[in-house]
Amino acid sequence: MKGRRMSVEAREARQPWILLSPALGAVLFLLIIPLMFIVVYSFWLRSAMGADTVGFYLDNWQKALSDRFYREILLNTLKIAAITTVICGLMGYPAAYFIARSRGNKMTLLLLLMLPFWISYIIRTMSWINILGTSGALNTLLMTLGIINEPMQMLYNEATVILGLVHFLLPFMVLNVYVSLEGIDTNLEDAANSLGATRWEAFTQVTLPLSLPGLAAGGLLCFVLGAGTYITPVILGGPTDAMFANLVYEAIITQLNWPLGSALSLLLLAVLGVLVAIYNRYLGMAQLAKGLG
Amino acid sequence: MSAVTLQDIVKRFGTFTAVHRTTLEIPEGAFLTLLGPSGCGKTTNLRMIAGLLDPTEGEILIGGKRVNDVPIHKRNLGLVFQNYALFPHKTVAENVAFGLKYRDVPKADIPAKVQAALELVQLPNVGDRYPKELSGGQQQRIALARAIVIEPDVLLLDEPLSALDANLREDMRVELKRIQERIGVTTVFVTHDQSEALAMSDLIVVMSEGRVEQVGKPEEVYNTPASEFVANFLGASNIMAAKCTDHGAAVMLEEPTFGRVQVPAAKAPNLKGTGAAKLVVRAEKLLLARDPAPEGVVSVPATVETVDYQGQAVRYFVRAGETQLQAINLIDEHPFAAGDSVHLHLRPQDCAALPG
Repeated sequence: MKGRRMSVEAREARQPWILLSPALGAVLFLLIIPLMFIVVYSFWLRSAMGADTVGFYLDNWQKALSDRFYREILLNTLKIAAITTVICGLMGYPAAYFIARSRGNKMTLLLLLMLPFWISYIIRTMSWINILGTSGALNTLLMTLGIINEPMQMLYNEATVILGLVHFLLPFMVLNVYVSLEGIDTNLEDAANSLGATRWEAFTQVTLPLSLPGLAAGGLLCFVLGAGTYITPVILGGPTDAMFANLVYEAIITQLNWPLGSALSLLLLAVLGVLVAIYNRYLGMAQLAKGLG
Repeated sequence: MSAVTLQDIVKRFGTFTAVHRTTLEIPEGAFLTLLGPSGCGKTTNLRMIAGLLDPTEGEILIGGKRVNDVPIHKRNLGLVFQNYALFPHKTVAENVAFGLKYRDVPKADIPAKVQAALELVQLPNVGDRYPKELSGGQQQRIALARAIVIEPDVLLLDEPLSALDANLREDMRVELKRIQERIGVTTVFVTHDQSEALAMSDLIVVMSEGRVEQVGKPEEVYNTPASEFVANFLGASNIMAAKCTDHGAAVMLEEPTFGRVQVPAAKAPNLKGTGAAKLVVRAEKLLLARDPAPEGVVSVPATVETVDYQGQAVRYFVRAGETQLQAINLIDEHPFAAGDSVHLHLRPQDCAALPG
């Protein structure tokens, strides 16, 4: 009897691992092991001859950490990600609130929100060229209306990079806030109203604090995805608007300096990792999982 | 003077009419229950008084003043929900203090008022805890404390006991009534549970499909139902087609199973004149016995068909001739068994009559 029960327990204990193994295998072989390669690479040295010198050198790390150019671009990257996140929060929250509180057509609204994901992110980013370019929709309209005589140069600056990122990341914010708002009992606002709070007071006292985890989860996603972006500055940025991922590309593809590129990419990973750790410390990853699900 | 008046209230949602033209006076200090099955409009009425819904037509008066255009946060009402609706991110004390912040209560007086409210609901030591650390019954007491601490003009209770376990529900029923009597606040209580309504109310408003079926004291609506719906909704009733042959000081009904039954006129207030009528016999008033009844009590032989044993009481389904009847009897020890031949005893004064 006892042996049989043990085997049932053992089987039950094993079951989650069996179900998890395909995903764990993928993470191990496609993420963790390649990442290990990159860690190892970052301590090698690129030689002028083209073949990398195997060994344990700190030169790449020293360059990545001390070079002012890299530091400025890293800070600029974090700044752009932060601005994007704030704009997404300000724009996304009301939209999420509207969807969560609307009756009946919620599913349609959510579908509309997901619709952009059916189109490649690159195409969506490039569409701004058709809108803001010198012969784009906006310039044509303004010239037709006689408001301007010559096309304005609106593209290829930091603002358009942020615009592209907001366009890309807004749905993530809306979805996360929406999920947390959906979890809040609407009776709570009614209760606050009945106790004498105006609608705005009920919102700031009850709904907003209860939805902060969703806002934070959306913010974290926007920030991490924004800080790691590579395509948006290439398509919508000017020559001086490179972000950190572009430096990694530059080092690895253009300069063929894999060791330096590895160190730079790990540096970005570390900075974002610290932010995720801070988030996790105060709000917990469970909320993020809820928002994604 | 009425604390709350609904004057010709109509509420439509699109093409659906949730509340048909309703006029209702709620006396000052009364415990009034809106009773009915789900979808009968009772909650809609409550939400219109609260200001959570606007009536399509008609006027709502609180304390004699028209409040149709007064927003909810200025109505000074205490609202308690079925699911408690406590603020999960605030402590119990912060929850109770919430409404005081929006009133002219000096900051220094707030803790004492909160404590007094917590003592009133017999939970004086939970102020520092969060709602989720309390049981359902405790949470509902806190919700009640939060609603009454603001000294509302009217206390509105939307099925506040429905989420609780059966035992707890009965305790809370007594507790709620005790608190209401103590503070004397006019209370509107919404429920679908007839026993709650009968136990707690000064006045019961029985509603069905958006219409008021009957307004009365608990014993009035129970003993003298104004309609077939009320007779069936409050307890179990046997309702049989009958013919009224005499309508005077007493009302004489002729019914195939029970024969001639003389119903007191007070129990047939809606029956006008002779002709088609309905005889209403409460299941609790139909007694099963081995022997025929003495003089003055209607007695009919019957056969027990189904026995639904409930401990101190038993519900029988019996057949008398062609008619199936329901009887709920208190019993000493052993119920009758299915198949037993019995006599049904019925005192005429326990019957009621409705128009046919």
